[in-house]
Amino acid sequence: MRRADVLIVGGGGAGCSAALFLARRGVRVTLLERGLVGSQATGVNYGGVRQQGRDPAGIPLAIKSRALWSRLPELIGTDAEFDPCGHLKLARSEADEAELLRWNRVAAEYGLVTQMIGRNAIREAHPYFGDQVVAGSLLAEDGSANPRLLSPALARAARDAGAEILEHHAVSAAAHDGSDFVIEAAGATFAAPWLLNCAGYWGGTLSEKFGEPVPIAPLHPNMLVTEPLPYFLRHSLGVVGGGIYMRQIARGNVIFGGGRGSAVKDPSRTRPSAEAALGSMEAATALVPRLAGAMVIRSWSGTDGTFADGFPVLGPSRTTPGLIHAFGFCGEGFQLGPGVGQVLSELVMDGRTDVPLEAFDIGRFARQDTGGMASTARQEEGETA
Amino acid sequence: MKVAVVGAGPAGVRAVEQLVRAGLEPTWLEESPDGGGRIYQRPPAGFRRGYRAIYGADAGRARRLHATLEALKPRCDWRPDTLVWNIRTRERLLDTQTAGRRRDTLAYDALILCTGAMDRILPIPGWTLPGVTTLGGAQIALKAQGVGIGARPVFIGTGPLLVLAALQYAKAGAPPALVLDTTSFLTKAMAAAGLLWNLPTFLRGLRYTAALRMKGVAVAEDATPIAIEGEGKVMALRWRDSGWREHVTPCDAVAMGWGLKPEAQLADLAGVPFRFDATGHNWLPERDAAGRTPVPGVYLAGDGAGIGGAEVAELAGARAALALLEDHALPADLALRAHLDGRLRTEARFRAALERAFPYPAHLARRMEDATLLCRCEAITAGELRAVARYGGSEANRAKALSRVGMGRCQGRVCGPPAAEVLAAALGVPVEQVGRLRGQPPVKPIPLPGAA
Repeated sequence: MRRADVLIVGGGGAGCSAALFLARRGVRVTLLERGLVGSQATGVNYGGVRQQGRDPAGIPLAIKSRALWSRLPELIGTDAEFDPCGHLKLARSEADEAELLRWNRVAAEYGLVTQMIGRNAIREAHPYFGDQVVAGSLLAEDGSANPRLLSPALARAARDAGAEILEHHAVSAAAHDGSDFVIEAAGATFAAPWLLNCAGYWGGTLSEKFGEPVPIAPLHPNMLVTEPLPYFLRHSLGVVGGGIYMRQIARGNVIFGGGRGSAVKDPSRTRPSAEAALGSMEAATALVPRLAGAMVIRSWSGTDGTFADGFPVLGPSRTTPGLIHAFGFCGEGFQLGPGVGQVLSELVMDGRTDVPLEAFDIGRFARQDTGGMASTARQEEGETA
Repeated sequence: MKVAVVGAGPAGVRAVEQLVRAGLEPTWLEESPDGGGRIYQRPPAGFRRGYRAIYGADAGRARRLHATLEALKPRCDWRPDTLVWNIRTRERLLDTQTAGRRRDTLAYDALILCTGAMDRILPIPGWTLPGVTTLGGAQIALKAQGVGIGARPVFIGTGPLLVLAALQYAKAGAPPALVLDTTSFLTKAMAAAGLLWNLPTFLRGLRYTAALRMKGVAVAEDATPIAIEGEGKVMALRWRDSGWREHVTPCDAVAMGWGLKPEAQLADLAGVPFRFDATGHNWLPERDAAGRTPVPGVYLAGDGAGIGGAEVAELAGARAALALLEDHALPADLALRAHLDGRLRTEARFRAALERAFPYPAHLARRMEDATLLCRCEAITAGELRAVARYGGSEANRAKALSRVGMGRCQGRVCGPPAAEVLAAALGVPVEQVGRLRGQPPVKPIPLPGAA
């Protein structure tokens, strides 16, 4: 039996960040990851570091996490290619424009600064948009980062701070023996008084073991990337209503996504969808016609977990003291990862955190009959992180 | 029954021949404008050079294959210039693109993949200079276009193609300045017994080498390429002989190749499992001797299923088609099946000896200098890959994610094998342990739609 103060299941952004913050406070942490850290939702998503467009219930958490993104170099020794390039959300109708204005008013209450760009200004500033674009709203401090780098860098920093990060340790059994959580993984037994469930889509399996089944569904983003093109697209782009999102990295590749991939047999193995890819390719050139003819060199997918109401499960268990959940980020978790880890460390060490988590309470599924596993229109619309 | 055949090289032609004989009308997809494969690639329309001039000793085989190809075209749904860029095994659909633009989806009940092979390269300083190409590329320039890669080229590598391509250039009036073989004579001699399984081919190889020397071409065995030198173009090759003496050979082009690797991306996307073949130093899709894979409805033949060469590809193409026919209770030529099985067994022994005779120089890849550009699409050096090996790059795909090696336009088709060696050496593990890059669609780049 290997003992720790805190066991973390899941090596995505949230889990690795929690390991880092806890280890820095002198806690003995063991993180169990079924594959390699950052293999699923955190590693395969679009790479949006975006506060814009979020439900107000999640804005304080996103702001808390955004502050950490600026501090990544001092925290983990790399910026994970974080570029505060701004997130520009585009309107394609008057109704879209009204929606942008509505959200901007809400965001202002939280201190987020947005800039509306009207019909004439957007043509002038971004002559490469197609005719369908009528306006946009820029959140200048939003940006993007390289999803493949975040979790490995967090895990490395956590390890340097004393955390134990164990890859290829899929959990095969989990229980509470009255005083400790007892977890079996890769033939070994681990025990600790605290357990953090950061297992993404698989978090639902773990919560169920503690009497808390949740209506989680797998979500497979469908991503594509072009060969490098001359750099022209400064901001990360989204559209009201969703369906297409796009950014260009400094080396020239345009990364875009939309639609969904699918799982091969089980959700740990996924593949992108040709139909979704072709749909995104059409949408991409409709948005930015100059991309016509650019070569797509690769597409990919992965697995996140999603709930019908679009909110993750984040907060203490209702059945088992010492268990804290943080999973099912509904395609919006990449930006949140560092902040969620910090929140988890605060819940363990201080018993409280400074951002509201009520909307993310796991108890909400018991309170209301949400019925069904289907994801809603809201999620289908949203960009994947 | 809807049968699709991907590829119209030697394997594809012989597969379709058997399918048509059984009364089927397969859909036949070929990425190039015409069939024949790389080995029997045809010149564009309007070129008037005879078979003997283009294909040399293979003229008879080329002529017969082309004749069958032409006879089959009207009896199939023939779709040249068509790239199969994705496969959806569950729905049994192929995603295709014709003439670089028109997209289509094709349903199939059974599928034979005859996707061929490409040269294996070894990055050395200067390998991205204009004028550096593969042995296969150099040969195709001569065969299909009637042009050479240079007037005074150097050929580097090992294997039958090295000597053959060099001799073809010598005959065409561009005698190589040097043929640099990384394999020692001793290694080749030790495999000679096994090579007797195909005596004519073995003898032909010996004759080619003798002919090269007769023409005054310098052939260095057990030699090591150090760097290709030049400013904006190839000007010389710096190399070391078996006695560790350094030489600089002026030249105006370089062709390199160390055997072939299967172009097995479609088999990969189809979900066929792969295993590492230690003899040929390649990851191969799993199939039985007839070409059946563990994926229902998917058959493999030719170099895309494991390197065997053009002769074997013709046998294997026919054999896979017979397997498909049998599995679907259609009439198959049993006498032919027995004949093919016998031939394929003999050829497999010859091939194993050939791989031993001309090994991939893994030791050179492992010793690659840190500053050498390893992944040319993303401009990543060997040193950068070694650095991520120290920071969690514990296998090929994770190392790709962290370093970008294999993330570019070629998707690791070019740099994959040497990168695996560099990574394995840095991690201190056998090369098979670092695994292989997972296939991701599209198999080759496809353009975004719209008027470009």
